[in-house]
Amino acid sequence: MPELPGPLSFDDPEALARLKKRHAAERRFKFYGRLAISFALLFLGLLVVSIGSQAVAAFSHNKVVFHLPLEADLVAPNGPGDPAAVAENISGFYQLVREDLLATFPEAGETAARTRELNGLVTRLAVIPMARETSEHLDRLGETYRYRAPLSDDLDLYLKGKVAPEIDLRLDEITRVVRVRVGEGVEAVERLRLESASDFSVLREAMQRADTAMAEAGPDAGYSILLQHGANLVRLVPGETGETGETLFFEPLTGIPANLAGARPTARLILLPESARNVTDRQVAWTLALAEQGRIRSGLNWSLLTNADSTYPEIAGVLAAIVGSLFTMLVTSMIAIPIGVFAALYLEEYAPKNRVTDFIEVNINNLAAVPSIVFGLLGAAVFLNLLALPRSAPLVGGLVLGLLTLPTVIIASRAALRAVPPSIRSAALGLGASKTQTVFHHVLPLAAPGIMTGAIIGMARALGETAPLLLIGMVAFVAEVPSGPTDEATALPVLIYKWSTGAERAWEPNTAAAILVLLTFMVVMNAIAVFLRRRFERRW
Amino acid sequence: MLQTFSHIPMAWLAFAVLAAAGCAAFLAGRATAMKISASGSVMMNSQPNYHGYFAAMWTVLPAALILLAYSLFGSGLARSLLTQELPDGFAGMDGVQLSQYLDRVGEAAQLDRAVWASEPLFAAVTERFMTLQGGLKLATMLAAAVAGLAGLAFACRRLNASFRARTEVENGIEWALFACAAIAIATTAGIVLSLLFESIRFFTEIPVFDFLFGLHWNAQTEEDFGAIPLFFGTFIISLIAMCVAVPVGLYAAIYLSEYAGPKVRAWIKPMLEILAGIPTVVYGFFALLVVAPAVSAAAVWLNGLPVIPDEFFAASSTNALAAGLVMGVMIIPFVSSLSDDVINAVPQSLRDGAFAMGATRSETVKQVVMPAALPGVIAAVLLAVSRAIGETMIVVMAAGLRPQITLDPTAEITTITVQIVALLTGDSEFDSPKTLSAFALGFVLFALTLVFNLIALRVVQKYREKYD
Repeated sequence: MPELPGPLSFDDPEALARLKKRHAAERRFKFYGRLAISFALLFLGLLVVSIGSQAVAAFSHNKVVFHLPLEADLVAPNGPGDPAAVAENISGFYQLVREDLLATFPEAGETAARTRELNGLVTRLAVIPMARETSEHLDRLGETYRYRAPLSDDLDLYLKGKVAPEIDLRLDEITRVVRVRVGEGVEAVERLRLESASDFSVLREAMQRADTAMAEAGPDAGYSILLQHGANLVRLVPGETGETGETLFFEPLTGIPANLAGARPTARLILLPESARNVTDRQVAWTLALAEQGRIRSGLNWSLLTNADSTYPEIAGVLAAIVGSLFTMLVTSMIAIPIGVFAALYLEEYAPKNRVTDFIEVNINNLAAVPSIVFGLLGAAVFLNLLALPRSAPLVGGLVLGLLTLPTVIIASRAALRAVPPSIRSAALGLGASKTQTVFHHVLPLAAPGIMTGAIIGMARALGETAPLLLIGMVAFVAEVPSGPTDEATALPVLIYKWSTGAERAWEPNTAAAILVLLTFMVVMNAIAVFLRRRFERRW
Repeated sequence: MLQTFSHIPMAWLAFAVLAAAGCAAFLAGRATAMKISASGSVMMNSQPNYHGYFAAMWTVLPAALILLAYSLFGSGLARSLLTQELPDGFAGMDGVQLSQYLDRVGEAAQLDRAVWASEPLFAAVTERFMTLQGGLKLATMLAAAVAGLAGLAFACRRLNASFRARTEVENGIEWALFACAAIAIATTAGIVLSLLFESIRFFTEIPVFDFLFGLHWNAQTEEDFGAIPLFFGTFIISLIAMCVAVPVGLYAAIYLSEYAGPKVRAWIKPMLEILAGIPTVVYGFFALLVVAPAVSAAAVWLNGLPVIPDEFFAASSTNALAAGLVMGVMIIPFVSSLSDDVINAVPQSLRDGAFAMGATRSETVKQVVMPAALPGVIAAVLLAVSRAIGETMIVVMAAGLRPQITLDPTAEITTITVQIVALLTGDSEFDSPKTLSAFALGFVLFALTLVFNLIALRVVQKYREKYD
C-alpha cells in the first residue's frame, strides 16, 4: 500500500501532478487496447494481402500455340471409329508437339540432351486437353489444326518475372557479327564476336553494377546475359571476356545470329546463375523466341478450376478436391445436422435434470474443445481399422467431421431453442397439444432459422478442417474426380496442404489460389448464415 | 470407376426399400385404424395417423438396425470368417503378411474377375471370400425382411380402438432423441477406448517410463520412443502463442467492452472473429510463406551483429517462433471473445461504485473489473492453452520435424501433433510400434486437453452462477 497522502487541496501542485500521472496512465492503457486491436487487424490485412498477391500469378497462364498436322495413323491408332483411343493417345499428341517444337528450333536437334531441354517447354501431360478435344472432332484428322498447350510452370513464372530479377537494356547498333573459333583441337568451339558502335559501354556498365551486387550476395551468385533481336538470341559466354581483354564473345542460342548485325538488340541480364534456377538460358531463349513469333498467349487460367490434381503445377487444378469436399460435406451434414438438432431437442425440451443429463452436457462441452486431430485418430482406429471402411474416402472423412461438428451444432441449436419464449410452449400445451406436438409443431419451426444459421457456420468450419482428414488417408494423390462418397478423394484444405509442400516454385501461387477458392466457399456459407439470421431472426 | 461404385446402389436400394416399407406400413396401420373407427361406435384413443406411424416405426426400426449393423461390421465379419477357414501358416505367411494378403483379396473381390484369375490359389481364396460375403449379404437381407414383417405383424396386432398409439409413438420419438444425445457419449467413449486400446498395445512393447521420460525420439526408424522432446516442443510453441494471444486478446477485449463505442464495436468484433474463421491450413501457409522466412532472416541478421556470437541462432527455415506467433494470432479472437463475455458479465454496479469513488476507467478495469472477472479470464486462457496444444496444421507446416530440446526460438522443433501426423500419414499398418506410438501421443494429447477443458468449464460454470 502506498502511504496515504495527507489532506490536500485538489489544486495543490502535488495533487495535480498525481492527477496528471493518473491521466497519463489512463491514456497509456487505452493506447495499449488500440495497439492490441490494430496488431490483430494488421495481421489479418497482411495475411489477406500476401495470399492475394501470391495468388495473382496463378490467375493467368501462358500457353504455347501449335499448328499440328493431325496425321490419321499417329493420332488415331485404332482408326477414326475409336474416339476413346484418340482421347488417351497422349504419346501421339506429345510426339506432334515435340516435332513442331523441333521444326521451329532445329538447333535443338544437335544433341539428345538439347532436345530434352527443348521438350521441357511443354510437359507431356499438358497435351491431354488437345487429345480430348480432337476425340470429339474426328473430322479434323488429316488436317493441320491449331491448339494451345500450357507452357511449363517454370518458364511461365519466368515470363511473369517471378524467377529472378532481370535488367533489360537497349544496346547500340551492332555493326558486325564475326564467327570465330576459340580453343584448340577437339575442344575448339565456335563463338561469335559482336562489334558494336559504342563497344558495349552500356552493357559493360550494367555488368559492373551486377558484379558488385553479386559479390555482396555471396560466392554462388552469378548472372546470364542474353542478347535478343526478334527471334534471334545469343548468350554472352561467361569467363571468356577477361582473357581477351576488350572483346565480348557470344554463343548462338536460337535463330540466325547474323541477323543481329545492323540491329539494336535488347540485352537481358538475368540476375541468377543458370545452376540456381529451374530454367536454362536456352529454354528462356526459346520461350522468348516463341513469344516474338506471337506463339505465346497469356490467358485466364481456367484449368485451375476445371482440372483435377496433377504432379505438374501448370495443369493441376482443384476440381477433384472441390468435389471431394462436397461429398465429405454431404456426409457430414447428414450426420451432424439431424443428430445435432435431435440431441439439442432432447437436452432442451425433454431431458430430466439428473446425473445422466449432466454427464451428457459435460461431455458435449468437452467434445467441443477436443483437438480435431484426436477425431482423426478416432477415425483411423475405429472407422478404418475396426470397421474396415475404405481409406481416403469422403464417407469416412464425412463421418469424422460429422462427429467433430456435432457439438457445435448441438450448442448452436440449444441456443436457438432457448431463444423461443416459454409462452409459446405454454400456449400449445394449454390448448391440449402433447409435449412432442408442442416441440415439433411450434418450438422447432420457430427455432429453425437460428438452428440453420448455427449449422451452416458449423459446416463452414468443417469445410476448413485438415488434420483429421490427413489421418484417414485423404492426402493420397487423386488425379480423377471422385464419383461417389466411397471413391478415393481428397478435400480442398488437404489439397492446399499438399500443394504448399510442393518443391517447385509454381506451387506457391497455385496454393494461394486454392486458398482463395476455399475462402470463397466459406465466405459464401457465412453470408448465407448471416442472411438467414437477418431475414428470419425474430425478437420476442 | 463403375466397379468401385457398385456397392453404393446397394446402400441406396436398402434405403429406398426401407422408405417404401415404412410408407406401406404407415398406410396399412392407418387403414386398419380407420376401419376400426368406422366399424364401431367407440371413440378412438388416437388419430389414425398415429396408428400408421406406430406401424411404420415397428416395421422400419428392426430392419434398419440389422442393415446398419451389417454395413458397420459386415466386411469385417466376412474377413474374420475367411481367416478362420484358412489353415494356420497359410502359404507360409505371418500375421502382417496375411492381413495384407486379405486386403488384396478384399480389393480383388470388387474388381473384374479377369484381373486376378491368373493366380489359382489367390483366385480360390477370393472366390471363397466372395461366397462368404454374398451369403452374409443375403442372410442380412433375409433377416431384415423377416424382422420388418415381424415388427409389422406385432404392431398391427396391437392396434385397436383403445390403443394409445400417440403415447407409444411419442415415447419412441423421445427414445430416438435420447439416442442422438447419447451419441456424444458414444463419441467420447470411442475416443477414449480407441486411444486407450492402441496405447496399451504400444506400451506392451515400449515401457511407459521410456515413453514419458525418454529424451530421444526417433519413431520413424522405430528406435527411440522418448517423448520429452515432443512435450518440450509443444510447450515452447504454446508458450510463444500464449505470449501473443493473452495480452493482445485481453487488451482487445477490455478496449472493446470498456472503451469502444457501439459503432466501433460493431465493426471490430466481426473483424476479429474473421481471424477465428480462417482455416488453420491457411494460417499454416501464411506462416510458411511469410513469417518463417522473416524470422529466419531476422535471426541471420542478429547472428551478424558483433555482440551476438556467430551461429547463436539456428535461423532454420521452419522454426518455433513463426509457428508460435501465427498460432498466437489465431487464438486472439478465442481469448478476446471469451474474456469479452466474462467482462460484460461483471455487474455495472461494481463499475459505477468505482467511478463514484473517483477512479479513472483504467483504474476501474485494473482494480475492480479484472479481479471480479479473473476466474473467467483464467478459464478463457486455459481453453486457449488447450487449443494451442491441440493445434495441428500450423505446426505441421511451419515448425518442422526435428525433435530437439532447445530454447532457441529460431530452431526447428517438433510437437506432439506434428509427430502424430507424420506417423499416420501415408499407408499405415496397425501392428507396428511406429503407428501405435501415434495413438500413445494422441492419448497424452487428449488427457492434457481434457484436464484443461474440464478445469476451465468448471470455473466458467461456477463463475456464471455467482452473478446470475
